[in-house]
Parts: sequence; structure tokens; C-alpha cells
Amino acid sequence: MATTAPTRPGTRDDAAPVRHADPRRPVGLTFYLLLVPSLVLFTLAITVPAIMGITLSFTNSVGFGEFEFTGFTNYVALFSDPAILSSYGFTIGFALVTVLLVNVIAFLLAVGLTSKIRAKIALRTVFVLPMVISGIIIAYVFNFLFSNSVPQLGQAIGIEPLSQSLLADPDLAWTTIVVVTAWQAIPSALLIYVAGILSIPGEVYEAAAMDGASAGRRLRSITLPLVSGYVVINMVIGFKNFLNAYDIIVGLTNGGPGTATRSVAMTIFSGFTGGDYAYQMANATIFFLIAVVLAVTQLRLTRGKAAF
Amino acid sequence: MTQQTLVTTAPAQVPVRRRRRFAGRGRDEHPNWPGTVALLVCSLAVFAPLYATLTMAFKTTQQSVDGRVFSLPSPISIDGFVEAWKLTDFPRGFGISVFVTAVTVFGTVVLASFAAYAIARNWDRPFFRGAFFYLLAAMFLPFPVLALSQVKLTGMVGLANPVGVAILHVMFQLSFSVMLFTAFIRSLPEELEESARLDGASTWMVFRHIVFPMMAPMSATVAIFAFLASWNDFMMPSLITADSTLQTLPVLQSVFQTQFSSNYNVAFASYLMAMAPAIVVYLFTQRWVMSGVTQGAIK
Repeated sequence: MATTAPTRPGTRDDAAPVRHADPRRPVGLTFYLLLVPSLVLFTLAITVPAIMGITLSFTNSVGFGEFEFTGFTNYVALFSDPAILSSYGFTIGFALVTVLLVNVIAFLLAVGLTSKIRAKIALRTVFVLPMVISGIIIAYVFNFLFSNSVPQLGQAIGIEPLSQSLLADPDLAWTTIVVVTAWQAIPSALLIYVAGILSIPGEVYEAAAMDGASAGRRLRSITLPLVSGYVVINMVIGFKNFLNAYDIIVGLTNGGPGTATRSVAMTIFSGFTGGDYAYQMANATIFFLIAVVLAVTQLRLTRGKAAF
Repeated sequence: MTQQTLVTTAPAQVPVRRRRRFAGRGRDEHPNWPGTVALLVCSLAVFAPLYATLTMAFKTTQQSVDGRVFSLPSPISIDGFVEAWKLTDFPRGFGISVFVTAVTVFGTVVLASFAAYAIARNWDRPFFRGAFFYLLAAMFLPFPVLALSQVKLTGMVGLANPVGVAILHVMFQLSFSVMLFTAFIRSLPEELEESARLDGASTWMVFRHIVFPMMAPMSATVAIFAFLASWNDFMMPSLITADSTLQTLPVLQSVFQTQFSSNYNVAFASYLMAMAPAIVVYLFTQRWVMSGVTQGAIK
């Protein structure tokens, strides 16, 4: 945790706290009254469940009644449970593929949307639209398209793997989840890239154009290196979000066929019904540790990148 | 560690200036027609599922089962809507969704702006600065991790209902919103507040009559993100709310995955009614939506 007020030269943060420099100035009661409700609710709704969950992960609780502490038994069992390992394998693989696809497409769209195109505002409105649509509902819509329209198209143009429903194919069902997740996640990545590209001074491009650099060359040698910080931000944020995949999978495959597309979140939720409550708590705790590692990575990587 | 989160952008700059710059670059040169055409083609990928939803919703049941999703409805029928209205008890589901969303938006704006004001104006105090990082920590805490305990606790205290869902929605929005508000308040000049204080205004009056009105653009961004997160959420209400007659619209759509599965027009009419409010709100508020994404990530 930072213990000093963040200061970066050139921002107004270094000037802001001056008035409060006197430590003897009493803090008005009102300030406490404004802050404390949030802290109390937050503690009850977030911190208490988190501590409770971590504690129960060291027990043999089935979700109610008596239980006893069993140490690391659950954790040891987790690492040799094929169902758990395959859910992590699927979730991480899916998140990696999706984050790559989303960033390539979002970057190209952002380049297009910041170039000298017509109908710029209208096009941007369209490309951001998927962000505001409920994941579960759009997954139901795509579910219908993948089980009806795509096979029809596959039969019409004679592509064998597409002529049956991808959702029923244990080896390919994951691709539908990638497509729908990307459809929904591209807008926010796109907006971050647009902000990044717009922050590059126009003179840089003018100078390059005067030196005879082609459009492709300018993209490779100016745009890409100068938005690299935004690429990192998008990759980490995206990866973190995709690890939580749930809604879209429920709407498309519900974890099937079999358990081919069961994500970690779905496995954790099975603790409600499966009687292995404490066991899934241990799973959730591991998942939480992964999230913490990613969060720290995100902060490390993005430190200083806001300077653009 | 959270240094970036505190780097402040000047308040007015975000929606207004970005937009002008976005629209303005290179106006004097030849438009990029190949790029425009390429983007128009790409936009079909956005439209295809939405177009399918629209056409399917207005078909008759007989036409909807032929599997030709993209054909135009003939004749145009609103039977799907009538049936979906009855089947999902739309007014009730809609009412519950509106209730959960309204509580979430109101609760988020009020709690987050209160907390952010206290934090920003007492940043030199370890208690307030600590509170900031404490609240921020939830941004890195995925809901699946907490779900099992939260379901149990909400059940124990009688909150396994839309009220409980709304409270949890507010709590999960709090981190992001407090972060945006705090950065914004730190960028506001303090002179106005000081002169009001000299005239005898209390902290509450300063907040209520000076700071809160000045925060309006940020409140709009925070409110819209709270609206979208709450209106579209499936995971939390489906796990927290015990009584299925008190479910929100996204959760109610699962009825079409099990029964009546051949009445596709009914299903799509229902999907359309559930997603339309978010689309309408987006079309009217898009610049706050866009600036919110950028600020949330690049801070």
C-alpha cells in the first residue's frame, strides 16, 4: 500500500493536499458520518463473507450443521481432482484465446475509427453497443444462431464441421463462447485503444508523413509502440474478466457437452448443491489468490503508463 | 501501489474535449473511403444478432420455426410479445428489475459520493486514506469467490430477495465509483468551499450545495455504469434471490430454455423487451458511457 499521497510531476495532485498539512486540525464529525456507512456495509457484504469463506475452506462443512477443521485436506484434494483441473484448464485457455482475439480486433477497429472515415460518430456508437446488452440474453440469441443459422450456412457452402451445431461438439463448443464473449468485450477494449490513439500528438504523424512513411509503416512504427501501455492494460483487464466467465457460458452451453466448457465459476457454484461446500470454498480461495496475483501484476505493469 | 488510480484528469475535459478531438482530426483531408466501407462491413457483426432478435420477435410462431432467422417477418405479428408478456409476467419482472436497478443507482451515487468527499478532503489522514484502499480492494475480488458465503449470509438475515441483490450490487459498484469520484473531487478547486465555510456553512451544506452539484457529470457516469451493471446482471440475482417469482428480467429469460422451446417468436420478443431499456439508455447517454470506460481503465 502506498503510504504517501501519490505525486507525479505535472499533475495537480502534488498541490492538492497543502491545506490539510496541519495534523492538529480536527476532522469534522460530518466527514466520519459520510464515510462510515460505506465502510460498515462494505465490511458486512464483502469482508465478512470473504473471511467466512476462507475459514470454512479449512473445514469439512457441507454448508450447514456441524463441521470440524481439517487443515489443508481440501486443498490437497483440489490439486488431484480432474474435474477441478479441467475447469482451470478450460477457463485459462479460453481466457487467453479470447483476450488475444479481443485485443487484435479492438485495436484494428480503433485504428479505423480514429482515421479519416465518414460517419465516425455513428460507427463508434454501433461498435460500443454490445457492451450494454445483457450477457445471458445475447448468449441465448447466439445459442439460437449457432444451433440453427450457422449449420444452415455450413450446409449451404459445404463446410463439414459447421454443418452441425457447434454447441453439441465437445471439441469445438468453446469457440462459440469465445465468439460471444469477444462480441461483448470488444467495445471497452476498443474505447481504451481509441483514447490511447487520440493521445498521440498529431504532429508525430505529420512529421512521419513528410518523411514519406506509408500508412502501414506509421501504424507499425508510431501507433503500435505508443499505445503499448494501453495494450498491457487491456490484456490484463480482459484476462481478469474472462476468468470469471459465467453468464455467457450458462446461456450457450451450460458447461456442456458433458463438462467440456465448465468454467471455474460454474464449478464453485456447484458447491451449493453438490454437498462439497467447504471443498468449493477452497477452490474459491485458490481462485481468489489467482485474482490477487493478477491485480498486483496489473498495478505493476500499468504503473507510470498513465503518463501518456 | 494504486498510484495511477489517483492521477486526475480535469473534470470538464473528458466527455466534451475528447469528442471534439475524436470528430475533428483530419477533417480537411480526403475521407478514407476504404476504411469507412471496411468498418461498415464489420458493423454487420454487431447488427446480425440484434437484427435476428428484432425479426424473430415480430414473426408468427409458424414462421419462426422454419429456422430462417434473417428472413423478414411476414405477416408482422405481435403475438410473440403478447405471449411473452403473459408467460414471464413481464410487468412484475420489469418492476423488480426497475426496483433493483433504481436502488443500486441511488445507493451507489449517494454512498460513493459521500465516501469520496470525506476521503478526498482528508487525504492526509491515515484513516481516510486507508479507507480508500480498503474500498478499492473489492475491485479485484471476483464475485464467484464470495458467492457461497454471501448466499448463506443473505439467507440468514432475510435478504435472499431483490433488496439483498440491490445492496450487493451497490457494494460491488462502490470501488469503481469511489475511485472515479475521489479523483474528480481532488481536481475541484477548494477556494469556493473555503469561502462558503468562512460564511458559516457546515461541511454538509458545503457538500450538498457546492460539491455535489459540481460533481454532476461524474455522477452521471457513475449512475449509468451502476444502471448497466445492475440491469444486465444474471449471476447475482439468480444465486441470491430464493423466490423465483421475485426474479429480475435477465433471470426470467431462462424459462425459454426449458419449456415452450419451439415458440421462438415468444422467446425473442421477451429477449427484446428485456434488452431494449439498456439500449435506449445507452443511445441517450453514450458519451458518459464512453468516458467512464476510459477513465476507469487509464487512471
